Amino acid sequence: MTPPILEMRGISKAFPGVRALDDVSFRLLPGEVHALMGENGAGKSTLIKVLTGVYTADAGDVLLAGNPVVIGGPHQAQEAGISTVYQEVNLCPNLSVAENIFIGRGKVRWKQARARAAELLTRFDLDIDPALPLGAYSIAIQQLVAIVRAVDISAKVLVLDEPTSSLDRDEVARLFAVMRRLREDGVAILFVSHFLEQVFDISDRVTVLRNGRLVGEYETGALTRATLIGHMTGRVLEALEELHAPGEHAPDSAQPVLRAEGIGRKGGIAPFDLTIHSGEVVGFAGLLGSGRTEAARLLFGADGSDSGQLSIDGKPVTLKSPGAAIEHGVAFCPENRKTEGLVEDLTVGENIMLALQAARGWVRQVTDSDDLVRRWITALRITPSDPDAIAGNLSGGNQQKVLLARWLITQPKLLILDEPTRGIDVGAKAEIQKLVVSLADEGKAVLFISAELEEVLRISHKVEVLRDRQMIAELANEGLTPERILATIAGGGTGTVAAEGAAQ
Amino acid sequence: MTALTFMGKRGMTAFTFVSRRGYLPVLVTLGLLVAVFVVGSILYYPDFGTGQVVVNLFIDNGFLLVTAVGMTFVILSGGIDLSVGAVVALGAMLCAWLTGMGWPAWLAIVTAIAAGALLGFIQGYVIHEFEIQPFIATLAGMFLARGLCFVISIEQIPIKDPFFDWVQTPIAVPGDMFIKPTVILVLVIVAIAYWMLHYTRFGRNVYAVGGSAQSALLMGLPLGRTRILTYVVSGVCSAIAGVLFGVYTLSGSGLHAVGMELDAIAAVVIGGTLLTGGYGYVLGTLLGVMLLGTIKTLLNFQGTLSSWWTRIAIGVLLFVFIVLQRALGTRRRSAGV
Repeated sequence: MTPPILEMRGISKAFPGVRALDDVSFRLLPGEVHALMGENGAGKSTLIKVLTGVYTADAGDVLLAGNPVVIGGPHQAQEAGISTVYQEVNLCPNLSVAENIFIGRGKVRWKQARARAAELLTRFDLDIDPALPLGAYSIAIQQLVAIVRAVDISAKVLVLDEPTSSLDRDEVARLFAVMRRLREDGVAILFVSHFLEQVFDISDRVTVLRNGRLVGEYETGALTRATLIGHMTGRVLEALEELHAPGEHAPDSAQPVLRAEGIGRKGGIAPFDLTIHSGEVVGFAGLLGSGRTEAARLLFGADGSDSGQLSIDGKPVTLKSPGAAIEHGVAFCPENRKTEGLVEDLTVGENIMLALQAARGWVRQVTDSDDLVRRWITALRITPSDPDAIAGNLSGGNQQKVLLARWLITQPKLLILDEPTRGIDVGAKAEIQKLVVSLADEGKAVLFISAELEEVLRISHKVEVLRDRQMIAELANEGLTPERILATIAGGGTGTVAAEGAAQ
Repeated sequence: MTALTFMGKRGMTAFTFVSRRGYLPVLVTLGLLVAVFVVGSILYYPDFGTGQVVVNLFIDNGFLLVTAVGMTFVILSGGIDLSVGAVVALGAMLCAWLTGMGWPAWLAIVTAIAAGALLGFIQGYVIHEFEIQPFIATLAGMFLARGLCFVISIEQIPIKDPFFDWVQTPIAVPGDMFIKPTVILVLVIVAIAYWMLHYTRFGRNVYAVGGSAQSALLMGLPLGRTRILTYVVSGVCSAIAGVLFGVYTLSGSGLHAVGMELDAIAAVVIGGTLLTGGYGYVLGTLLGVMLLGTIKTLLNFQGTLSSWWTRIAIGVLLFVFIVLQRALGTRRRSAGV
């Protein structure tokens, strides 16, 4: 076996009250894509931050090509040959593409920079103008530019920290093509992702962390989904499989909770019909930008519709604002929990009480709030179970549960969940899915939006397929496969399009 | 106009110029400037549309221009400097006081500039090191500098040193016009600022920091040094403007240049620089100051309107420009998706 280009030995790192890394070792070979897996709080981010010099390890050594190195900061990591591309693109949108590739790298002859940038971009099959400001391009392109920069600085070790979380399928494919080419060139790539399929698709080997400890290093080919999840969570996880029973509890077919007839909004989503019954989970499937969120926002009154009619419990309503929707028993968990949902500086309890307090108004105080909060923390198994913990310090999955609790406490009839499982780990994902199913069993109507088709299929009774800001099909979830949904999106539509729900 | 063609011709300059984009606001300012000038020339023929009126713009607004140039650096990097008006007053005051005590003029001027640099450094250091909002840190600097003026003297101090007279002796130039040495100084400062922003590593770093401070840091740029330096540049520019102010009024006073920081910010924004940082040009600032100055001159020629109408014009222009920037910003974002 070739000697590792990068080796981390016995790394430990503690923060006040937390042992983030405990004697973790890690090896990266040249010319491989190595996935770093683990649930939230497993220590992945800490390990990467130690590697890139953001944190200093309490103990342990980092060896580059066999030589011990001390990495004091991002700049030194770069010089040592370790480049990182973060989830949020860390480039300057106001500078040109060429400037973004070359700035901060010592003396640059800017006259030649544009030509060199063009050359580099062509090598990566990127057909963009290096003289234009980076902000003119999509996030996916910006990320690829960040990779071009990183690779051009040092072609030895490339760290990709959740690069795919804001990309759609095509963009991911493009990124993977670039990664494969780099792998052929002998670059060692450390890849972090929450998407299991992607890990199986691209990685050669996997290192799994759990609770700050090393679980093991595996060949990807020798792993199955179940064993990998088992390594990550530390228990034999059948939760995902046992869930698969959306048809069991047939939804109440009498009065639909919500019925939309021809509602739409110019520039947002073409007019569509939709009915959701009590006890029913309706999934929205579609690629990024297909209009999933836009449709949901109409149902919540966050955007006004300019056509059609909405009725709730059989009565026609006009939702002029989210406030009106809440009054009618509609709750909406937005896609971006950090910026649109959670108030990070408030405590868990305060966050949970926000919606209820808003519904009751400022005059009537909620007197029994402590009890309520505790009940929901227990019911949703939020950890830590302390209502006074600061919400911003919780892991992604638990933050999502806090948001869920916030809406559940108002006893909504219809719950709209926009990407509730994005960026959270497998265990938490399964718990949230389970929660959604049990909510439906209790008679709530749920609209579930997710980019992961497998997840949509796992829990939905029926699936609305969206493409190019149009609802193109409604499929009953009986023997439905991701492939068939994709085929529908692609326009072929291999199966018959079921329309039972729309007609009622 | 000459400024823009000049930029277009040079290969390297064209590159940075094009790459920054967002020069539409600058062109709008230029268009407005030309329009106001043409209107003035038609209304007040033949006195308004002369080269001398243009030169006088530099004589009467030189100190504002120099202050605004310094402010451009700070705003481009994503900050703000409220202390500039007070530093202008302090600069004039130091010149008046020190020359009054018998110091040679050059030493008094160097001291004033050093004081501006020091104050700028302290502000920048505090802002960077303690992560203080620039607004509040420079507000403190503003009170400090203004207070120092009154510690030196509560009264206005006249400047009697002959050097201060000499630098504004009119020099005849072809075309039946005259300029003053101060005009040359102002133009040289604009040229240096232009060179610093577009030809030096520091200038590029200023844009990068203004675009995204976090990214700049992760790309290995010296965030702290860049930030602090912008405030030093602003302090130095304000102090030089103070010297010019002393030359212009031949006095130092704690009541000089009250509220000038706001004029400077207005000129920078009207010149097309985005208040959130990252986008803008020092030549836009030049046009912004010229536009404000031309409107003031126009009102002077008109004669019956109160000079406060200049303020109303500034107000209207500011509104128009921030809305314009907003509209352009939205377009840029939606085009990016």
